[in-house]
Amino acid sequence: MADTHSQSVAYVRESMVPQQPAPVSETGAIKWLRTNLFSNWFYSILTLAAIYVIYLLLSILIPWIAGGVWLASDIRECRAITGDGAGGCFAVLEDRIWQLLFGFSYPSEAYWRPTLALVLLFVAAAPVLFASLPRALLIVTALYPFTAYWLLWGGTILVPTFALVGVVAGYFAYRALVDRSFALGFFGGVIVAFVVWWLAGFVTPALSDVLALQAVQSRDMGGFMLNLILGVVCVSLSLPIGIVLALGRQSRLPIIKGICVVFIEFVRGVPLITLLFVANVVLAYFLPPGTNFDLILRVIIMITMFASAYIAEVIRGGLAALPRGQFEGAESLGLDYWQSMRLIILPQALKISIPGIVNVAVGLFKDTTLVSIISMFDLVGMIRGPILASTDWNGVYWELYGFAALLFFVVCYGISQYSQWLERQLATDHR
Amino acid sequence: MTYKLILGALAATGLTAGAAAAATLDDVKERGALNCGVVTGLVGFGAPNANGEWEGFDVALCRAVAAAVLGDPTAVEFIPTTGKTRFTALASGEIDMLARNTTWTFSRDVDLKFEFTGINYYDGQGFMVPKSLGVTSAKDLDGATVCIQTGTTTELNLADFFRKNNISYEPVAVETNAEGQQQYQAGACDTYTTDASGLAATRAAFENPADHVILPEIISKEPLGPLVRHGDNEWGDVVRWTLNALIAAEEMGVTSANVQDMAAAPGDSPEINRLLGTEGNLGEMMGLEADWAVNAIAANGNYGEIFEKNIGENTPIGLARGLNAQWTNGGLLYSPPFR
Amino acid sequence: MASVTDPQTNQGFRISSLINDRRYRGLTFQFIALIGIIFAMAYLGINLVQNLATAGLTFSYDFLGEQAGYDINQTLIEYDSQSSHLRAAIVGVINTLLVSVLGCIAATLIGVTAGVLRLSKNWLVAKLMSIYVEAFRNVPVLIWILIIGTVVTLSGANPRDFLTRGGSVEPSSELILGAFAFTNRGFYAPAVELGAGWPVVLIALIAGIVGFFWWRAHVKKTLFDTGKLLPVWPSWLILIVPVVLAQLVLGALSLSMPDVASNNFNIQGGTLIAKPFIALWLALSIYTGAFIAENVRAGILAVSTGQTEAAAALGLRPRRVMNLVILPQALRIIIPPLISQYLNLTKNSSLAIAVGYADITATLGGITLNQTGKALECVLLLMLFYLIISLSISAVMNVYNASVALKER
Repeated sequence: MADTHSQSVAYVRESMVPQQPAPVSETGAIKWLRTNLFSNWFYSILTLAAIYVIYLLLSILIPWIAGGVWLASDIRECRAITGDGAGGCFAVLEDRIWQLLFGFSYPSEAYWRPTLALVLLFVAAAPVLFASLPRALLIVTALYPFTAYWLLWGGTILVPTFALVGVVAGYFAYRALVDRSFALGFFGGVIVAFVVWWLAGFVTPALSDVLALQAVQSRDMGGFMLNLILGVVCVSLSLPIGIVLALGRQSRLPIIKGICVVFIEFVRGVPLITLLFVANVVLAYFLPPGTNFDLILRVIIMITMFASAYIAEVIRGGLAALPRGQFEGAESLGLDYWQSMRLIILPQALKISIPGIVNVAVGLFKDTTLVSIISMFDLVGMIRGPILASTDWNGVYWELYGFAALLFFVVCYGISQYSQWLERQLATDHR
Repeated sequence: MTYKLILGALAATGLTAGAAAAATLDDVKERGALNCGVVTGLVGFGAPNANGEWEGFDVALCRAVAAAVLGDPTAVEFIPTTGKTRFTALASGEIDMLARNTTWTFSRDVDLKFEFTGINYYDGQGFMVPKSLGVTSAKDLDGATVCIQTGTTTELNLADFFRKNNISYEPVAVETNAEGQQQYQAGACDTYTTDASGLAATRAAFENPADHVILPEIISKEPLGPLVRHGDNEWGDVVRWTLNALIAAEEMGVTSANVQDMAAAPGDSPEINRLLGTEGNLGEMMGLEADWAVNAIAANGNYGEIFEKNIGENTPIGLARGLNAQWTNGGLLYSPPFR
Repeated sequence: MASVTDPQTNQGFRISSLINDRRYRGLTFQFIALIGIIFAMAYLGINLVQNLATAGLTFSYDFLGEQAGYDINQTLIEYDSQSSHLRAAIVGVINTLLVSVLGCIAATLIGVTAGVLRLSKNWLVAKLMSIYVEAFRNVPVLIWILIIGTVVTLSGANPRDFLTRGGSVEPSSELILGAFAFTNRGFYAPAVELGAGWPVVLIALIAGIVGFFWWRAHVKKTLFDTGKLLPVWPSWLILIVPVVLAQLVLGALSLSMPDVASNNFNIQGGTLIAKPFIALWLALSIYTGAFIAENVRAGILAVSTGQTEAAAALGLRPRRVMNLVILPQALRIIIPPLISQYLNLTKNSSLAIAVGYADITATLGGITLNQTGKALECVLLLMLFYLIISLSISAVMNVYNASVALKER
């Protein structure tokens, strides 16, 4: 200890004592436990209560999963294997997985089609969701609706192709005319597109075998696939409608504003289930005698109405959050209403509204399960209908509901995580 | 615009032409498929099996009609309906016929403007209780909790029965048979009431069917039958006589096994010959092929075969013929003559 | 670019100015929209009339006066199968309102607790609450209703286990304290019976409540006027004592216990909170609670830490910091989304049919619709009801928003 000179003067320490590790109670696990779990008596009680809850949950879940039966032909065999154990009967998932995912009437040799459509959905959605990806990928997005339609419903490829041709023709017409005025361009484009489709209507019936996939009826869609179709289609359709409604509600024209307000408040004021009742039991009375939409289309119409009202409110919030100066600036540049909306206002308003829109989309996707109440066989409908009603699997609740909950959780949690990520990306201007 | 297009394309696929008002027969032929409304899932009467194919007693009738009209028993689109949606689906033309254990009642026939084209099952409402309760009569059920499917005639019969006998009960409303089963098995209700056939089907799905008894009282008449819209008598005739053909075939001993032979080599029974189209022109009168009944019978067999295969005593459901035997055997099945 | 350059204002009216002149263009658009709407309505209306005529149906609400013919398992007003469809609908309305109001209360309690705990420094509890919130927010409410309905059905004893069957059987379960029972058909509790003199008790209660608030106002006033802090606890005495006195003197209210002896199937008497109600109420409040927890958390986080620090620097104690600084600011952010969650809960209660609860959708939109076949009339009436509820709640929210809006001067 000579070099420390610690003893040279009785009361002065001239050199540093070697560094000591912190006391055990202030480091590592114990310190973490103390600050995070047992900092005072109230927290300690909370912690103990939480541990008890976790113990309870695990003591049910672990034997249920670990003791689960994955191979059995019906519930009796399952029960025979588990005996009195708490094991779950997961064999029902193994037995009915395709019905849960695709419904019971989608042709089984065509399962690859919806699967491929789902994979392509990710590819198509990627450039929209992640701004860092090359813009060229947007072409995939533009082509996606047509491809997906062809994959899911089958039939000749000519139908979606001509549909695409119509859209492209309409777009070029729009481009040619938009310099004159936006309205002229818009309506010109729509008219040209319809002319193309009308012409195509003469050609396609004769060539219904060209590159044809096995055609599948709408009512044969079922299972989780139906939830996904309804969710994706209705959200995509409701976005443009929602924007129009939001602009209408902000409009200075009293009649337009009135129509939009009444529509939005009406749709937001009633539960989705009543709108589905309308689709199911009432809508037919309002259509011309002889027309007959199938149920899935009627449901798409009603859910789209429902979603667009909510999206309109989100976008209205975005519009309201924009400083007045943006509107005035656009006007002072001499832009007309549509130009200022298209070029100045909407891009900013939509950016602010994205998290809200994602919330609506997640909520809507979850609400697609309500179609099971009007006798459609979506994921929940499959469980409550054919599977639980069958002699083989009557009485298997937890495994089926748990599976459904898990599927929805994965999708919705994924989307909401994306939304939070996006919010952080977009939160550039405030703090 | 892209979205408009999808809607347009969807509309194109969804707009299956189907004039609701008249000439259903022509529509079915043009479409090449029969739209048949069925139950969402009742074992024995109409439920998709593990392969997703619909089968059951009511389903067989749909197939027979499809076979009679189109010559193909698989040319059926089965449209599942709930108690709530069945009548609107039929009224709006979404389905051509409803074969969904629906009770023939005055108000449905007259007020709701439907036409019942016969009775394919004579049923009645009964009660099922656990054997351990020791109940032997429905009148002992004072104070019991009763599971009941909403939107059915059974709900009204139940209220009437308990009021008439001046006893009380607690209703537990369930939407589907599967839910009724769940509630009943969990003991959330003391007794489950529905059509006796449905009770038998439900009991068959239990782990220990012997632990449950169906009480002797049948508290209502439930004549179940297929129905079509008012105002299209030609189509009503097709459904009515297809059902009658199945019933008559059993009476005359025509089965799915021998129907082709009998049609190929006409025998000496004039009525069988008329039925099978080897004599007379009954099919033509209805706007169908001459061998319509042959196809209908070949599809699933005659009434007796359909009964035995789906709900008869050798199936898990195990229903006796009872009232549904031929009139010659003391039942109520009595097809008008094919003449 | 004709539309961009403003036309000279002194220019007269020409047909083309209906499109190109800003002054008239709005009118043109509105006119077109109005005509379009009128045409669309007329088209739908004509179709409706035609379709009804073809089907031979009429549009009328006469069926509401007809006998309903079915029974309902939870009725807060007098109802039996002889009552009219209208009365069945009213039963449904009351049931909807009941489950919504109680659901909102429970959801608020759950949500506030979970939201605050999620922000707590207790790692385990915060994580547990995150799991709760995420699990419930990301799974459809219908699935939760079905799951919780099944849990409620499969847990709890059978009421038969409590029955003595007139003393002939030894029951396998006993009532808790001779008064309560959890069963798979619901929760049995003693019923309060009103005897003679109950209005006096009621008046005492009302007087107590008035006195309770009067005392609190008095305390506040004294504090502000004189700086003297009076105790608050006498307000509780004012509330409780008159009621207890009135009850002790008159004996107006009595309890009737559930009766296990008189029936072979069910516990009779007492109050039964039926299983469908419990299942729906639990499911809705736990589900909505998860959303409210998020709102609460966001509200508290939105109050900047500077506020807390400033309040502390002023010498306020932690509880006062919360009550006087944080909460008033956080509530302004929390309450609007909270009210829209209440609205969602009310609308979600329309899924009652999944657990067999007789709300308005199940009675009017379910059984009555089925039995009468009056789909159009029933669905319209149903939508009208929900619309009225929603608009009333929105009106309340607007009044609140106006009252708390930042006053900019």
